[in-house]
Formats: sequence, structure tokens, C-alpha cells
Amino acid sequence: MLTDLDATFAALADPTRRAILARLAAGEATVTELAAPFAMSQPAVSKHLRVLERAGLVSRGRDAQRRPCRLEAAPLREATAWLAAYRDHWAERYQRLDALLDELRSAEDGQRDAGTPDGGAAP
Amino acid sequence: MIDDHLVVDTPGDREIVLSRVFDAPARLVFAAFTRPDLLVRWYGARGWQLVGCEVDLRVGGRWQFESQGPGGQRMVQRGVYRTITAPHELVCTERFDDQSYPGDTLVSHTFTELAGRTTVTTTLRYATPEGRDIALRYPMVRGVTESFTRLAELLATRTGGQQ
Repeated sequence: MLTDLDATFAALADPTRRAILARLAAGEATVTELAAPFAMSQPAVSKHLRVLERAGLVSRGRDAQRRPCRLEAAPLREATAWLAAYRDHWAERYQRLDALLDELRSAEDGQRDAGTPDGGAAP
Repeated sequence: MIDDHLVVDTPGDREIVLSRVFDAPARLVFAAFTRPDLLVRWYGARGWQLVGCEVDLRVGGRWQFESQGPGGQRMVQRGVYRTITAPHELVCTERFDDQSYPGDTLVSHTFTELAGRTTVTTTLRYATPEGRDIALRYPMVRGVTESFTRLAELLATRTGGQQ
């Protein structure tokens, strides 16, 4: 389990591999088709694909001629779930900071109004 | 997922980057990140509270936070300040006393103010890729543990009531 997720995150750390996955999210593609938008040789793309395959993010079709690549969503979903939990943890923390900052700003405004003779004049 | 403008990214294999806009000037946000009387009011989540907070805000100065969890668990994190450029930048090391990965984490905060609002970007750089992945999993692991603790308590209460 742990090793699988490490492989997923390692695979996702590279921008080219993320772009390949984004392309595959739109449908399966051959190595040639995948290499086209990147200024990259087919062997270079194949190398990235091997990393993605090892991480279980991509599988290859059996058609010996084309061997189309397709996205495997499960590990990606798992990694996304971990990220979402991490994000929620910080989101909650930062919402508390929002409340504190609101209070600090109000306190400053109050002081400024009290400090200047005309500042606090209500309409 | 809580809906706000927090962005979490993992640009390399050792980093986590968090970015979020706050509706306050950088001066106040910087204060909230560095003054113990303010830190204790927000730092923590999911029932965790800072119960101890020491800040020696100078380069080479130490900081130490002690948190208490919903079940009374204690957790200590500490480090050393590396860069302090109020109110724009704050860099420190961080290490949890009970962390299960090696080394110090380098934590860099930048505070960028625009029209009275401040973007806080926090980059956490772990000593190893494995450490980064463990840190990413940590809130969920802890959340699950806490849920089970609450469930166990609930079951104990109900069982007790039936007897």
C-alpha cells in the first residue's frame, strides 16, 4: 500500500508525466500520438510511460501493433483522496486564521477611529 | 472538501506547497504567524489546540509548539528560524518529536500583499521524498484514528447504558 502510493506521488512529481496523464484522461493514445505535442523523442516518452506503468497509472493495450496507452484511474483517485484530506486539514486551520484576522482588523479600525477626532464620527 | 481558495501542490518529490489569500494586510498576517498570543488562537485543526507556544523571533532563535488533541494526546514540534523579513518572509526548520521520517523540514512562508489582501505561500521541503509522502498522509491517518477513538467511546457509552 505504502509503496504503491509513493510510486504514484513520484510518478506525478514530473510535469511531463502529468501532461501525459492529462492527455490520456481524454482517451487512449499510442506512444507516437503522445510524443507529438511534446518536443520529445519516442524513447523519452516511453521512459516516462514506464514510470507511469510501474506506478499503475497507465496500462498498455494488447494490440501488438499500436499498444495504446490508457489511464488507470484508481491509484490517481487514491492519491487525490490523500491530497484532499491534507488540504481539508489546512483549510480548517486557515478558516480559524480568517476569523482571527477579521477580529484584528476590526480592533485596528476601532483604535484608529478612537484615535482621530473626526474618524469615529457616525453619519 | 471545504470550499475556499486554498491551493495545495506537490511540484517536486520532496515538497508540498500551500497557497491561500487572506483578507488582511501582510503586517497582520505576519503577526498571526509569529506572535504566540495570536498563534494559540488559530494554529491547529480537528480538535487540536496549541497549549504551549514559544517563539524566539530572531535568526537562529528557536520555536516550539505543543499541541493537545481531542483525546488529550500531546504533540510537540520545534525548529529554528532561518530568515525573518517582516512582514514578507519567514523561513524556519521544523521537526516533530515523534515524527516517523528522518530530518528537519524547511518551512518557507512568503506574505505578498495586494490591495489590502495577503497571499500566503508556504513551501514545506522535506529531507526525503518518503518523509513528504508520510506528511501528506498524516492528516488522514490521524483523522481516521480520531474517528475510531470517538466511535470506541460512543460504543463504550452505549454499552454502558444498556447494562
